[in-house]
Amino acid sequence: MTGHDASGHLHVSAESKAPYAADVLATLREDAAAVVARYPVKRSALLPLLHLVQSVDGYVTGRGIEFCAEVLDLTTAEVSGVATFYTQYKRHPNGDYTIGVCTNTLCAIMGGDAIWDAVSEHLGIGHDETTSDGKITLERVECNAACDYAPVVMTNWEFFDNQTPESTIRLADDLRAGKDVRPTRGADKVCTFKEVSRVLAGFHDGRADEGPAAGPASLLGLKIAQERGWTAPVPPASAAPAPAAESAAKKGASK
Amino acid sequence: MTDTLTPVLTAHWDQERSWTLAAYEQTGGYAALRKAVGMPAADVLAAVKNSAIRGRGGAGFPAGMKWSFMSPPDGGPRYLVVNADESEPGTCKDIPLMMANPHALIEGAAISQYAMGSDHAFIYLRGEVVHVYRRLLRAVEEATAAGYLGENVLGSGITLRVTPHAGAGAYICGEETALLDSLEGRRGQPRLKPPFPGAAGLYARPTSVNNVETIASVPGILLHGADWFKAMGTEKSTGFGIFSLSGHVANPGQFEAPLGITMRELIELAGGMRKGHQLKFWTPGGSSTPIFTDAHLDIPLDFDSVAAAGSMLGTRALQVFDETVSVVRAVARWTEFYAHESCGKCTPCREGTWWLRQIMERLEHGQGQPGDIEKLDDICDNILGRSFCALGDAATSPITSAIKHFRSEFEAGMHTPAAQLFPPEKSVLFEVKEAAKA
Repeated sequence: MTGHDASGHLHVSAESKAPYAADVLATLREDAAAVVARYPVKRSALLPLLHLVQSVDGYVTGRGIEFCAEVLDLTTAEVSGVATFYTQYKRHPNGDYTIGVCTNTLCAIMGGDAIWDAVSEHLGIGHDETTSDGKITLERVECNAACDYAPVVMTNWEFFDNQTPESTIRLADDLRAGKDVRPTRGADKVCTFKEVSRVLAGFHDGRADEGPAAGPASLLGLKIAQERGWTAPVPPASAAPAPAAESAAKKGASK
Repeated sequence: MTDTLTPVLTAHWDQERSWTLAAYEQTGGYAALRKAVGMPAADVLAAVKNSAIRGRGGAGFPAGMKWSFMSPPDGGPRYLVVNADESEPGTCKDIPLMMANPHALIEGAAISQYAMGSDHAFIYLRGEVVHVYRRLLRAVEEATAAGYLGENVLGSGITLRVTPHAGAGAYICGEETALLDSLEGRRGQPRLKPPFPGAAGLYARPTSVNNVETIASVPGILLHGADWFKAMGTEKSTGFGIFSLSGHVANPGQFEAPLGITMRELIELAGGMRKGHQLKFWTPGGSSTPIFTDAHLDIPLDFDSVAAAGSMLGTRALQVFDETVSVVRAVARWTEFYAHESCGKCTPCREGTWWLRQIMERLEHGQGQPGDIEKLDDICDNILGRSFCALGDAATSPITSAIKHFRSEFEAGMHTPAAQLFPPEKSVLFEVKEAAKA
């Protein structure tokens, strides 16, 4: 286990420093080379590489820090300094699923605080804590850019819109029972923390074409415009066919 | 007179598989790129400049001017960095845009990098939206396979590349120089300016950092012309923008309209306030912009009018709160957010947000002490304009504006908990939603 002692210092446990198995290390090196190749300067690969470490270890391990340092010619202190700055990098083993309840002002007031209280009590854990079966890590998250669907809950960084205490408890129970869970706007099912970390490292999992384009709130203004025949001005005739300015459904409707 | 709503970026979000290249091409996608690579880069830049489009990420700096301020080409690399770190509380426009129509951003990024003499763009996406990252990665794959990106774009001999990059959770990375540090693999802390990114940005090379919506607006400008764009909006805030209504309106959602629409019009489009309730306060552009009340419903939502009224247009993140909500509770939570997200680089922000948080917390719990309101104002005065970047300034906006409009609620915080004055269960949406489903 990694964690903070009473003085606030970060411990790295012995097992988090245990070397990678040879085959794991070989794959890691291959993936790391692909990440580094995306950037003109290799240090830019550090954030994706830390996601990659989490995709193997489930959190940022001591050996993961050493691996990143070695690949990028950095000191372990430099890597740790970066890893501890960002909230998505975990300092202790994460559950298979992170349930993040938005408790920033808008969501909190629309019901996020009530959801947080309910799910925290139901699971018996607080912020950044994990259920004893290792399935769920609970977090209070900041605004996740889905305010028109408040209150919002994120599960492994997929959107669960318009949540209630009951729906979030059900979500947690389903995940603990090993059932597939479908986000409101996202892939067909929520992938595990490790799988999602691999995507965040820039390795596509082939799920981009799953899920909807947009939810109803995203489409509300468009729907009203279509009903009322409102459009952007018709471009000058000399211009090429419009990409997006006007849709066929509402010709000549401008006021 | 233009229509009340003018869907451009949002126009095809309701199409079947709208995020795919096929769907995008079907609605004329990549015609603007084709046109651009057949033009001298200077003409592309001129078109954007003539449109007078101001940055959609909050600050409202004219995008074409920003590009023309980049140091002149010296044969070395130049970069476009798209700021897709949408994290400002209340802001929810770029994420649905990239989810539903990532190719609009990719096409815009291709055209924009060409205009500024760059051959490589990065899209810095916040890490907490995995499906959006999938869509961006896939869109780049598709666009590259179709010849819209790569070494010889559409046979022009021009190289254009786009690399999506996922962050890892830090609000401060929305600040452009913190974003650049983060993209370089460092802690996301802001840089001292000057030098500005246009002179020394990513890897100390000339760089332009632009918001998603700004860049996604470029194809339309290029294809239809600056006059078409300027036919929408106001004289100094040209064009259209996505207005995001959230909170206590009947129907929250996204509304793409010419800049200058009013909150009164938008609330009406959102079906009014939730039934039986009245507007109390709202943010015009996210939590970092001073709050408004029902006295501000007719202010045109353009950069200058909102500024003249004492706030900022910001990201058009219109968070709406009704009479059930305690201003002190709302502001206390935002203050907690700024304290959490302060990067720690400069003292006024690192220490100041911490102090503000402590005072707001005790006011929320009805345990305020005599002089707390004056102390809040005083601390804000010592942060505003004295912190390293805009995060510190932003932390003061909700506090000073809330004291101005709702001082009596802060005074009540000396003796009565906010939850007693404004029971939180009256503000939640659950019952409303259950009723709507029935």
